[in-house]
Parts: sequence; C-alpha cells; structure tokens
Amino acid sequence: MLQTFKDIIDILSAPTVSFTLLTIAFPFVFPPTDWFEKIHRKFGICRLWTKPGFYGGMIAITFFFVVGYFDPNFNITLTKADNFPIILMIYSMFIAIWWSMYQAYQNDDRLENGLKPMEYNDPDDKVLVWPDLVYIEFIALILFMVFLIVWSILVAAPLEEPANPAATPNPSKAPWYFLGLQEMLVYFDPWIAGIIFPIFIIIGMMAIPYMDINKKGDGYYSFKERRIGMFIFMYGWVVLWLFLIVIGTFFRGPNWNFFGPFEYWDAHKVVPLNNVNLSEYIWVKMLGTGMPTNILLREIIGFIVLIGYMGILPIILAKSWLKNYFQEIGPVRYTFLMLFGLSMLSLPIKMYMRWLFNLKYIIAIPEWFFNI
Amino acid sequence: MTEDIKTTPPASVSPAEKDDNALGRRGFFRWMTVGWIAFSVATGGFFTVIVRFLFPNVLFEPPQTFKAGFPNDYASNFVDTRYKKKFNVWMVRDEESIFALSTVCTHLGCTPNWLGTENKFKCPCHGSGFRMTGINFEGPAPRPLERYKISVATDGQILVDKTKSFKWEKGEWENAESFLKV
Ligand code: FES
Repeated sequence: MLQTFKDIIDILSAPTVSFTLLTIAFPFVFPPTDWFEKIHRKFGICRLWTKPGFYGGMIAITFFFVVGYFDPNFNITLTKADNFPIILMIYSMFIAIWWSMYQAYQNDDRLENGLKPMEYNDPDDKVLVWPDLVYIEFIALILFMVFLIVWSILVAAPLEEPANPAATPNPSKAPWYFLGLQEMLVYFDPWIAGIIFPIFIIIGMMAIPYMDINKKGDGYYSFKERRIGMFIFMYGWVVLWLFLIVIGTFFRGPNWNFFGPFEYWDAHKVVPLNNVNLSEYIWVKMLGTGMPTNILLREIIGFIVLIGYMGILPIILAKSWLKNYFQEIGPVRYTFLMLFGLSMLSLPIKMYMRWLFNLKYIIAIPEWFFNI
Repeated sequence: MTEDIKTTPPASVSPAEKDDNALGRRGFFRWMTVGWIAFSVATGGFFTVIVRFLFPNVLFEPPQTFKAGFPNDYASNFVDTRYKKKFNVWMVRDEESIFALSTVCTHLGCTPNWLGTENKFKCPCHGSGFRMTGINFEGPAPRPLERYKISVATDGQILVDKTKSFKWEKGEWENAESFLKV
C-alpha cells in the first residue's frame, strides 16, 4: 500500500509529468478567466483558501515528509542540513500564499456584498510608522535573529573539503535559493539562464506596478481585481521558481539525473539522451544536406523562429486576441509586458522542446558563444 | 474617507523647544571633522577587507606543461584519468590517436566525471555528457571539450602543453599538434 503510494509519487514527480500536471492544474487554482473560475468554484477548489483548506494542505505536506522520513532513500535527502531550508520554504510558502489568498477571497466577498475590505480603517484612526510599525519590525527582527542563532547552534554547518577545481561533487548543487537558476541552466546557455533571465526577473518585478495600473485593489488583498496578473505572477513564482528549487533539492541526483523522491540515488543510472540543435534538425535530418559553412545561413531558421516569437507574435496578438488590452495599456507598457512575459514563457517552452524533441539550442553558434 | 485629519496625532513630536546649549559654529566644524575622519577610516577599512576578499586563499596553479608517460603505455579506447587531479587533463587514446582533453565542462566550467561503463564524460552540475572524443551530445553544453597541444619530447615521453588549446567548433582538431598519431 505504502509502496504503491511511493511508486506513484516517484512516477508523478518526474519533471515531465509533474510539470505538466502543475501547469494544467494551475489556472484552476488561480483562475485567470471566468471559465476557469466557474470550474474552480464548481469543483470546490476555492475551498483551498478557507480554513479547512489550510489544515488539509498542512496535513498533506506533513504526511509527505513523514512518509519520506521513514523511507531509507528519501530520508538521506530530507535530513541533509542543506535541505532544511527547503522544508521550511515549502511550509512557509504554503502558509503565506494561503494567508493572502484567504484574505483576498474574504475581501472579494465583502466587496460583493457592498462592504468595505477588511483592511479598511477609519481615516481618523491612523497608525504611525514610528513607533507602531517600526516596533513590530524590530520585534520580528529579534525573533528571527534568535531563531537563526538557535538553528546555527543546533545544526552543524554542512562544510565540505577545501575547494578543488579538479573534484566537483556529484551531484553538484548550488545554494538552495539558486537551484531554480541551476535548473534553468539545464535548458539554456549560461549567458541566458545565468545573466539575462535573472536581470529580467528583477527588472520585471520592479516593473509590475507600472504595468498593472488597475487602481482598484490597492491597499488591500483582492484576487478578483487582478486575476490575470496574479495568475501570471503565481505561475512564475510557484512553478517556475519554487517548484524548480524543490526539483533541484529533492529530485536531482548523481550526474544531475532525475530521481523520484523515494528512488535510490544510483550513480550509474543511464538516461539515454541525445540532444540535437535546431539547425541540425533542419539541415541534416530534414533536408539531408550537410551543415552550411556560413554560420548565419546555418542558423537562419533559429533566427527566424526567435524574431517570430519575440518580434512578430506580439504584433499579431496586439492586432487580434489582445486588441482591447493593447488599446487599454498603450504600446510602451504592452512592449515591456510582452518582453518579460514571452521571456518567462520561453522557459517552459524550451523545457518541453527538450523533453519532446531533445532539442538543444534554437540558435547554436558556439563560435561566438551565442546559443539560445 | 475624504475628510482630512485635523488634529495632530498623539504620538507625533511636540514643537521643538528652544535648545539652550546649542552647538556653536566652531564646535559644529570640529565635530564634523571628527565624524568625517571616522567615517572615511571605517569605509576605507571596509573596502580594504572587501578587496582582500577578492583574492583567493588557496591558489590552484598547476604547471602548464607536463609529461604523461610513453605513447605505448596507453591501451586503445582508453581514458586515463590519472592526470585529472593534478593537471586537469584526461589523456585519451582512441583507435588511431592520443589526445589530451581539458576537464573543464564547456557549459559553466564544472569538472565532469568519466563513466567507464557508459563510455562518456558526465558533468555533475547540469548533466552535460561528452563522448570519449570530447564531443558533446547531451545536456546543455554548447560545444565539445577542448584539446591541448600534445607532442613527443626528446626522451620519447608525451608532452602536454596546456597553454595552447584546440577547439572543435573552429575546426582546430585537424591541427597536427592537437593529437598524436599512433
Ligand atoms: S557546467 Fe557542466 S553541465 Fe553545466
């Protein structure tokens, strides 16, 4: 019984399966449109953001970890001192997301019934930053310091032998907060996954208030007012960042192969892979000719795909499907929204192309260190 | 909601009282000087430590050339990992040649491992795989491993010179210095 459960979890957590399931399930949990919302309500998914939903979620997470603790294989990864933050992260992220969604749903209901949001205060009843807020922050800071000190006393730092460039540990893992990046690096060139994407993430987050100009929902939790924005952000945050950290922590074993949580980390697990660049697909496999010697000619299809995706697709969308939206927010906002949105979307797209077609790079010019 | 607050909130500071022992102009400058000097010293110290931090405590600088035994020592289709630790080089012999492969993954610079049973180099960082020849075939590495200059010294031993490397994507593996015919 338990073994079947473990086997099922192992199969489900393969990145192809789990990523697909998460992506499909996501719009039903954070419904961006009316249609999704209807199903969200009909199947009671909205109850996740109520108190029973909270207990259910916490029990499910705890159950998973308890089963994992008593499993000889999962126990090794679970009890590693490095991985302790991930366990905390899973709990704290669930609590934080639940707490804000819980309040958002309550506010949405209140507004529907003509009430004011919960955060609404009498204007005469103002709270000052100093001392009221700063004191709260100060107390939080002290509590957190105490927690960190206790933690560092109880758990020995997972130090390893002195650095040696000739010996890379296997698997070699980045600090936990960078595991999402490391997972992106599996699919992209270091230039993109290590430099362009992180910059885009930071600038993109700074740009959110300039791109979402809906004044309603300011100053209180609300889901209804910015459904699409919440959906996009939560997908990027939960699936493309947190989930990749969880994958990197628990599911990546020797040789960066993928292992289910209850699977034994066999360093000799063979996963046959043979990645092929788009240009090879076109010239060698489809046209049966050799690769052209001219670099630009060789990669021309890749450039066309890239320009089509980043340059022409937004224009087509602005003329058709997103017409109203484009008129509403204007060309500048639209351009940036598309730039960040399409870059974000390119990560899952590239992941699927790797899984489905073993595609390595769309544009591959190793001669110039330019690979996309 | 639109009504403004008319009264002063209780916690705000009452109008400043007249300070009797106010700081004179001279005293002000004296304190300014002391303050600025202290600030510069602290900042200077801080940046000194930061700059020191940029230099490694351990330096890993193996010699750039080394001798790697006699050509006959190598069995065919064999990867010799003996020189990996010290010189960051794999000595590989395939059917007709011997060459020296760099152990630096062309993706982000980790050190792959030679997996004899699977006949490939596999990187532990993001899973790039290289064939015995150094050609990349799986994972994100965009180009093959680099090869180093290799020659026979006067005593008949193989001499590897790491100052010169040969890149496949530039067609440099054709270069006669990049391999030894056997
Ligand atoms: S460094 Fe070798 S695969 Fe990324």
